Amino acid sequence: MKYLAFAAGVMAAGAAVAAEKPVLTVYTYDSFVSDWGPGPAVEKAFEAVCGCDLKLVGAGDGAALLARVRLEGARTEADVVLGLDTNLTAAARATGLFEPHGVEAEYDLPIRWEDDTFVPYDWGYFAFVHNAGKPAPANFRELADSDLKIVIQDPRSSTPGLGLLMWVKAAYKDQAGEIWEGLADNIVTVTKGWSEAYGLFLDGEADMVLSYTTSPAYHLIAENDSSKAAAAFDEGHYMQVEVAGKLAGTDQPELADRFLQFVVSDAFQSVIPTTNWMYPAVTPKDGLPEGFETLVKPAKSLLLPEDEAASMRDAALAEWRDALSR
Amino acid sequence: MLKLEGVVIRNGAFAVTADFEVADGAKVAVIGPSGAGKTTLIEGIAGFLAVERGRILWDGRDITAEPPGRRPVAMLFQDGNLFPHLTVAQNVGLGIRPDLKLDADQRARVARAIARVGLAGLEVRKPAELSGGQQSRAALARVLVQGRPLVLLDEPFAALGPALKAEMLDLVAGLVAETGATLMMVSHDPGDARRIADQVVLVAEGRAHPPQETTALLDAPPPVLQDYLGTA
Amino acid sequence: MARRAEPVGAAVGIGAAAVVAALILGALLAVFLRAEAGAGLGPADWAAVRFTVLQAALSAGVSVTLAVPVARALARRRFPGRRWLIALMGAPFILPVIVAVLGLLTVFGRGGWVSHLLGWAGLPPLQIYGLHGVVLAHVFFNLPLAVRLILQGWQEIPAERFRLAAQLGAGPREVRRLLEYPMLARVAPGALAVIFAICLTSFAVALTLGGGPKATTVELAIYQAFRFDFDLGRAAMLSVIQIVLTCAAALVAVRAARRDSPGGGLDRPIRRWDATGRGARVWDTGLIGLAALFLLLPLAAVVLRGAAGVVDLPGVVWLAALISVLVAAISTGLLLVLALPMAAAVAVGRRAGMEIAGLLGLAASPLVIGTGLFIVINPVADPFALALPVTALVNAVMALPFALRILVPRAVQVVERYGRLGASLDLRGWNFARIVLLPRMRAQIGFAAGLGAALSMGDLGVIALFADPEHATLPLQIYRLMGSYRMEAAAGAALLLLALSMGAFWALDRGGRWHAEA
Repeated sequence: MKYLAFAAGVMAAGAAVAAEKPVLTVYTYDSFVSDWGPGPAVEKAFEAVCGCDLKLVGAGDGAALLARVRLEGARTEADVVLGLDTNLTAAARATGLFEPHGVEAEYDLPIRWEDDTFVPYDWGYFAFVHNAGKPAPANFRELADSDLKIVIQDPRSSTPGLGLLMWVKAAYKDQAGEIWEGLADNIVTVTKGWSEAYGLFLDGEADMVLSYTTSPAYHLIAENDSSKAAAAFDEGHYMQVEVAGKLAGTDQPELADRFLQFVVSDAFQSVIPTTNWMYPAVTPKDGLPEGFETLVKPAKSLLLPEDEAASMRDAALAEWRDALSR
Repeated sequence: MLKLEGVVIRNGAFAVTADFEVADGAKVAVIGPSGAGKTTLIEGIAGFLAVERGRILWDGRDITAEPPGRRPVAMLFQDGNLFPHLTVAQNVGLGIRPDLKLDADQRARVARAIARVGLAGLEVRKPAELSGGQQSRAALARVLVQGRPLVLLDEPFAALGPALKAEMLDLVAGLVAETGATLMMVSHDPGDARRIADQVVLVAEGRAHPPQETTALLDAPPPVLQDYLGTA
Repeated sequence: MARRAEPVGAAVGIGAAAVVAALILGALLAVFLRAEAGAGLGPADWAAVRFTVLQAALSAGVSVTLAVPVARALARRRFPGRRWLIALMGAPFILPVIVAVLGLLTVFGRGGWVSHLLGWAGLPPLQIYGLHGVVLAHVFFNLPLAVRLILQGWQEIPAERFRLAAQLGAGPREVRRLLEYPMLARVAPGALAVIFAICLTSFAVALTLGGGPKATTVELAIYQAFRFDFDLGRAAMLSVIQIVLTCAAALVAVRAARRDSPGGGLDRPIRRWDATGRGARVWDTGLIGLAALFLLLPLAAVVLRGAAGVVDLPGVVWLAALISVLVAAISTGLLLVLALPMAAAVAVGRRAGMEIAGLLGLAASPLVIGTGLFIVINPVADPFALALPVTALVNAVMALPFALRILVPRAVQVVERYGRLGASLDLRGWNFARIVLLPRMRAQIGFAAGLGAALSMGDLGVIALFADPEHATLPLQIYRLMGSYRMEAAAGAALLLLALSMGAFWALDRGGRWHAEA
């Protein structure tokens, strides 16, 4: 009886507190909110300072996230969207659903970042990951000439797959089709998403898999396993920058601004390397975790401007499909 | 009283005509050559086959359009007269209420009927645990509780041995005598007819003839019956 | 005029079919209405349609062709553990795609067991990627289903017929002609149609095993249209093509399957007097062995991969398992509520409409249906709050065609055999269903419920739009683990999922047969 009364009291109190606190709803991708992602730590840290209830809502991956916001349109409950990447920003901007932010920060990105709508929170380089100790090609041409087998993701269904498409395009322009034809016999298969490809690689189905230069850091830090490495390509590595943006229809504009400012703060940024396994957009004051210094550092960073990437996407896709369908 | 008024019963390409009356309490055997339409006639009366022309009347009431379960008819088929997953008592109980929600009186009636056909103590058995003769008795117990004034039998005992079949026919005769029901039974054995039927309906060449006195008909059979009986 | 009195009405079944059709077509319509002007279908889309039909037809044909001899072998042999083997062989069908594909590749992949064996023999590794790989994977998924459906056909041939055949001195050839071919003509078209429909919406399997963009299916094109271009109109158009193809297959199947009931028997256990020769025995044993190896080796791979991870699963995985069990339970209930009246309606002659309504859930793209439901629900309720009920409902609708395949033949048989006796006792409608139909269908209801529960457990559900982060189902949690590099934990969770699915299937299938005596 005592227990019941106590429970009822706690619940009533909880409800009362929840009713007073403003709620900030952030749509993000699934792996961000999972127990192994940055979500739990980020939620705790922001709620400690904001006097609000931060509601992180996972909605598939980056592309599904944007599709969801578009489906909901102006009616959306979301105040902030976190998890779009540089392949999606053009489409996201074109929806007119996002509003400029007022965030200022000293970004540690390999490129200049000037965007009044989207705030970058982490970034990484696409790379082919292989078993350490095996000879790795130094560029796409060497890879194409080798007998190495690779697994890649489909650019039509996966972000890394699209990144690779843009990587080849950015590095080889008009010769991209030729590169793909050369790669055709190296490609074991094309998967729907990153998880399938990485799983196949770990199972020994291929010598290399398209992933990130930071992937070996996971194995090294979380599993104490130094057997994975990323191949450095001398034509440069294509970048993925992940961003957050404020929705114009938000009913919590001030909270949303505070959250975006929080995103580039140390409390958020220091969580990113060992939960999202990407580089933080602003290097935390304690530096990067031990192990990140072992990762390959591309000599050259590639990133197509978003409108250029968007306009060439369909042609690049057709080129890719034709080269691999032969 | 059952009255068939210019009835034509169709079963696919085949049809049987009938135009006669059966008196209340009569015990009628339906005999005739194989394929002549005995079963078609019975199923038409029971409501399983559509009546193409004419009317079927019971005590002056037109039952031509009634569904089988609403006719004043209790019927036993050649086989499959019991539900294999139900007990004897449940199978019999269905004759009182199709939803099996029986009150104490009704359960007592079921028990009495089961005892009357000689199956006391076997109420909770399932059909597979009964002999062929016991299965027939269980089905007859259901006919008994149904209390319908017209009982139709489509050779339900054909698979039993001669002694057992005779026993069943005597049981049927006893039951209808107790309830005063009218009986129509399909048979291919004139011995059956002589045993319990006082009248015979001869079905031949797509026509069901009016009932005639059993002994008279069988002692002086018309040509079609002679062919069938092999006495020509 | 006296009409043939039907023991059960078709109204409830027609109502259930209408609910299913309204759900699917309504969702599709919602997507169309929400669509802005987009691109029409291009040559690449038609290439995808061609490839989709090709792989689905091949997969269905090969699955059923291989299932016939295996089912016959299982039908005429009795050996210890036979029931276990049959249950276990059904497992690939209920695994989440990604888990099954990894298991399959552990055996047949470039670095798989078979390739290792070939390597020792000095041969090059197996080339699994390509159209043949797609077909192999689809056969792996669907052979168990085909075997079960055809085996059921065999078991529905009354024991009396085999006795009669034996008495006539019929050998295997005559038994085939007299009993087995007519049964196959009745059962095989339905099995073909269902498997064709399943393979039509294949995406991840076709792409991964197909080895590249040659293996682009309609479902992938839908995915692309939705996520890439946000072209809802094109996504819905493509889904309509899927539905049209499935309905065409269903109509062909309904026409091809003559309504020839095997007739009644007395529930005697089937004994076979044919095929007792040594040659037939060796052949059957070999077939059963090969099929078991083909289906069980990849399962063994799933178990081996997961064994290390399963001992140390994170707490959220257990929570997800609990949620999955809950969803499966609700889904199974809904499945039976829909499927049983529909099966009864088929039994009293409303066949084509039911079959097509039943296949709709399978035919429509899950992505489009999920999106359509989201569009419908979002303005009136929080989609997350409805995540679990919607997932359960969609899972039930997707399992419907399988349940119908299992339930319909038996319902037809029961109505034909007991309809007249029931009618003569005025046993109609709900009373007939309660007292005769349902008890006589216990074994089939158990099988269908088991399959439905297992399918619901293994299904990823209504895509990410409804994926409530706090109530993730087990398959979703497996994907999340993989997405976070936790491959070992994911493999462990997959093993847990396999165990739960098999457990649910076994318990329900078994429950249906419990005390199901004659």
